Parts: sequence; structure tokens; C-alpha cells
Amino acid sequence: MKKGILIFLLFIAWIFLTWPFGKEIDWQILISGIFISIFVGSIFGELFTENPHNFFGFKRYLWAILYLPYWFWYCILANLDVAYRVLHPNLPIRPGIVKVKTNLKSKSGLTALANSITLTPGTMTVEIEPENGYLYIHWIYVKTDDIEKASELIVRRFEKILERIFE
Amino acid sequence: MRELISSISMVIGGLFNLFGCIGLVRLPDVYNRLQASTKCVTLGTCFILIGVIISGPISASLKSFLCIIFILITAPTSAHALSRASIKAGISLWEKSVVNKMEEEKK
Repeated sequence: MKKGILIFLLFIAWIFLTWPFGKEIDWQILISGIFISIFVGSIFGELFTENPHNFFGFKRYLWAILYLPYWFWYCILANLDVAYRVLHPNLPIRPGIVKVKTNLKSKSGLTALANSITLTPGTMTVEIEPENGYLYIHWIYVKTDDIEKASELIVRRFEKILERIFE
Repeated sequence: MRELISSISMVIGGLFNLFGCIGLVRLPDVYNRLQASTKCVTLGTCFILIGVIISGPISASLKSFLCIIFILITAPTSAHALSRASIKAGISLWEKSVVNKMEEEKK
């Protein structure tokens, strides 16, 4: 099942890369694509995902589509924030590593959360402890070093939506 | 019109990349530098590829779309790997850093 999903995704990526628009379909390329996807998928399928049933929840895709603009907005804010700090003559930074707690459990959820945190204003994930749900985060302008308050500021805004996508 | 929008998007992308590089030079230690470069270079490159999506032929657009997805997945992951490796290698934070929970917990 895991392998099947991975093979399907790989084949879609292959079609994106090689589809000849406006010309005749080249069957040679398509068939070699099928064989390559089956080969790669059967080797790496076991490492791919923990619970493949999540791929068939229709609501998850809706939440993911909702999540994208929300996340993109924070991404742009993060870039303006970095631009401000970098171009300011006094370099207004107050860096440090803080600890936050998250309720997410699944590996894919934690990965998505860590990546989102890295791309949003002033924060970068340094280390993850998946057993207890703790993340160590490098913050470019530390506002608080308390675990609860830092979690409130950094994690909560993504966690609620990511919970519905990945858990 | 399409040309104009794609040019604007590419200029914005180039500007963000420039900010990332300035940050790479100006900020004091490994972790701050990683922050600036990861954020700005990821979004800057995405904007350049969005410009390609808008103006290019459809085969180029699909390929740039794939590139955006893979950049968004891999860039933060590699930044995480680099920062984790520097922590494990014992590279300390900038001397004016406020707090370091990882050091405190080790003691």
C-alpha cells in the first residue's frame, strides 16, 4: 500500500517532467517511467509514510489547500522581517535557543511543523524530541524563554491546522 | 501583461535573494546566518520560478511548479540538518545571545 502510493506519486512527477505538449505522446518515455517508478517505489516505499490511510481522507486535502495561503502570508512576513533586521544599521537581533511543546505526534506532522517554523518570522528548528513532543527553536529576537508562552507564540498558529491535515 | 507580471515577480525574487546574501555577510553566527539565508533564498527562488510559470511555455511551467514543491520541502530540512550538526559539533552561539535551553538542559 505504501509502495503503491509512492509509485503513483513518482509516476505523476515523471509525467510532469516529460509530457510532450503539442507533440505526439512518446510511449517509450512513458513505459520507462512506469518501470523506474516501480523500481524506486519498491525500494523506498517502506520509508515513505507511517499511516498510508491518511491519503484517502478527503477533508485533509481541503485543510491543506486552506493552509497554503495562511502559511504563504507568514512566509512573506518572515522575509520582510529578515530584510528589516539585515538592512537596519544597528542590527536589532537578540538571538537564543528556546524550547517549545507541541501536541503533534506523527512523523509527517512534526516534519511539516518544523519546516513551517523554519520558514516563518525569526524562528528556525534546531532539534526535535519526538517522544515528548519538544522542539528546540533558534529565535532571532527572543521575546520570552518560558516554554508555555513561547509555544503560544510560535507553534499554536500552525498546530491547529496541521493537526487536521496529518493526525 | 504576462511579461510585465512575470518580470515584477522575478525582480522581487532577486531582491529577496539579495537580502538573504546581505544577511549572510552581516549577521554574527552560524544560526543567524542560516536563518537569513534559508528564509530569503527559499522565497526568492520561489518568486523567480513563479515568474517562469507565468511567462513560460506550459512544459516549463509544470517543471518550475515541481521545482517549487521540492525547494519548499528540502530547503528547511537542509537548514535543520546544518543547524543540528553545528549544535552536535559544539559550535557555540553568539556571545550576546540571551538564552540557550539546550546548554542548560545538558548540565
